[in-house]
Amino acid sequence: MSGAADSARPGAGSSSGSGSFPPGSGQNPARVLVEQATYAYAATDRDAPEFTLGPISFEGDRREVISILGPNASGKSTMLKLLAGVLKPLSGRVQIDGSDASELDPRVRAQRVALVQQESALLFPLRVWEYVLQGRYPYGRRLRFQSAQDCRMAENALLQVGADDLRDRWMEQLSGGEKQRVILARSLAQEPALLLLDEPTQHLDIGGKVELLRRLRRLADENRFTVIVVTHELNLAAEFSDRIVLLHKGKCMRTGEPTEVYQRDLLEQVFQAPLEVHLSVTGKPRVLVRDPDIAAARPGWTIDPN
Amino acid sequence: MRPLTPRRLLSVCAVLAGILFVTVVLSLRLGAYSISSGDIVMTLINRVIGRTNQIPSEFNLVVFGLRLPRIALGILVGASLSVAGAGFQALLRNPLADPYVLGVSSGAALGAILSLSLAPHSPLAMQGAAFLGAAGTIAAVYFLGRRGGQLDSSTLLLAGIISASFLSAIISFLMTTLAGRDLRGMAFWLMGDLSSAPPADPGRWFGWLFFVFFIAAGAIYTTASDLNLILTGEEEARHLGVHVGRVKLVVYVSASLLTGLAVSVSGSIGYVGLLVPHVIRMIFGSDYRLLIPATAIGGAIAIVFADTLARMVVAPTELPVGAMTALAGAPVFIYLLRRRMR
Repeated sequence: MSGAADSARPGAGSSSGSGSFPPGSGQNPARVLVEQATYAYAATDRDAPEFTLGPISFEGDRREVISILGPNASGKSTMLKLLAGVLKPLSGRVQIDGSDASELDPRVRAQRVALVQQESALLFPLRVWEYVLQGRYPYGRRLRFQSAQDCRMAENALLQVGADDLRDRWMEQLSGGEKQRVILARSLAQEPALLLLDEPTQHLDIGGKVELLRRLRRLADENRFTVIVVTHELNLAAEFSDRIVLLHKGKCMRTGEPTEVYQRDLLEQVFQAPLEVHLSVTGKPRVLVRDPDIAAARPGWTIDPN
Repeated sequence: MRPLTPRRLLSVCAVLAGILFVTVVLSLRLGAYSISSGDIVMTLINRVIGRTNQIPSEFNLVVFGLRLPRIALGILVGASLSVAGAGFQALLRNPLADPYVLGVSSGAALGAILSLSLAPHSPLAMQGAAFLGAAGTIAAVYFLGRRGGQLDSSTLLLAGIISASFLSAIISFLMTTLAGRDLRGMAFWLMGDLSSAPPADPGRWFGWLFFVFFIAAGAIYTTASDLNLILTGEEEARHLGVHVGRVKLVVYVSASLLTGLAVSVSGSIGYVGLLVPHVIRMIFGSDYRLLIPATAIGGAIAIVFADTLARMVVAPTELPVGAMTALAGAPVFIYLLRRRMR
């Protein structure tokens, strides 16, 4: 399986293996580079913007999982669209492998960036394998008759998400979790350098959420791509991410490793809820909801001897 | 996993072309003057290899003077309307889209009538005007069918049906006030009919019509694999590298052109563009790379067959072919609508 993933990316590792250049030499740019990127929405061109995002800066490298966190309307989806190249930053840069995401030809972009969204309703019935083969579209020519190679890639993608047994089922007959895996498989068939996921855990139960994030973690290693997830799951993000980008009202509050970002005061300010942060035995932060009554009665969690 | 191969595409088209040939032979032999199938095939072969003197003169008149032009017209119209229907279904992301139901045919008919009364003798002006009528109508229906910035399926259908009835009213008004001119009958424009006499030089005339058909249908076909993705979701298609705007423009112009082409020569024949793509989808799946050519041949079969029936059922008089397609198409439309509502 990992062998197939290797063949999936011709030239991977040959040019920019992470050890080949000293960091910061300029010859080994990060796979995903967001530098002082801003964006703004306005009702019309002349109006003052209703929503501004940024400036945001962060980097993502191969095999890294980055989570974008923040309450609703904090700019997470806009950030994702900037990364997907469908929006062009007002200032600053969003680069994938050294080229501006919004400047790339859609087809070339689709060979580098894959986006997993909530699936839209299908108009006509489609088999799972037909759906996954759509991920090979950016690599085809004109009428795009799929080659044996395309089929192999699609098979591998299904294997990687553990959905090879669903191959001949109809899309509309799948459960929520199965569908999520098939959508992920289509994105893997794109052989992206950057995999973006927009709230992929939304309709999954806790088991499905853990399984999905564990799978993303493993895929990032096997396929050597960068994974960026927008999610509401604070604890799972802390468990599986290398880096966290915390957004609040369009501002980037902090970026860094989970332990750096998960500070009680910061999280409480952003999420407007009484929270507490612990460290688990593995050193990952855990966020709990603090009961204000108990906290008041037992400040500092010390047991009152009376 | 067995994706579409060029071989499967060609074999499906070959089988359908065979069925079309059989339908054409049947249609040639049936009618007031009966000719045996063997004679039909012999006549066709003699004509093709150039031994025209071997063909009895009455065969020559009935086959090449009367029936074959009408069949050729049926093939052109059926293929055009079916491909246009499949195109509109993808463009509007609505499986119930059809040039007739959406009022596009009525718009094309109105354009054709206006050009006939304003510039009666310029040859391709009518086709051009019908195209403009079709393109204008579909643009109007598209904007009327949006609700909250999104294309809403039921609103779109309602907008189409209302447009169709509004445009038909204008057509009726024009037909009544412009009476006496050579505008063909009201039944022709509102129902569709293949019985109009071909012009003096049918070979050249059909050459032009089929040339336009192949350009427009070919243009839609170049977008076939893009349409497959757009049908899965426009936003997703964009992320997979489809130039969605460009594809939609190509399909919009070409499907309008095909509708205009068909309506200018046969009036508004309904439901073919709905019925044929659905039957083809049921048999061969919804891959547009196969669907478009199969639909073109299937549409030709359907219209030639329907027109033969229309000539037969109440012989010696004839039904307009649009009545036949509506008889078959309207119940299917209701069935599909109800299945979608569930």
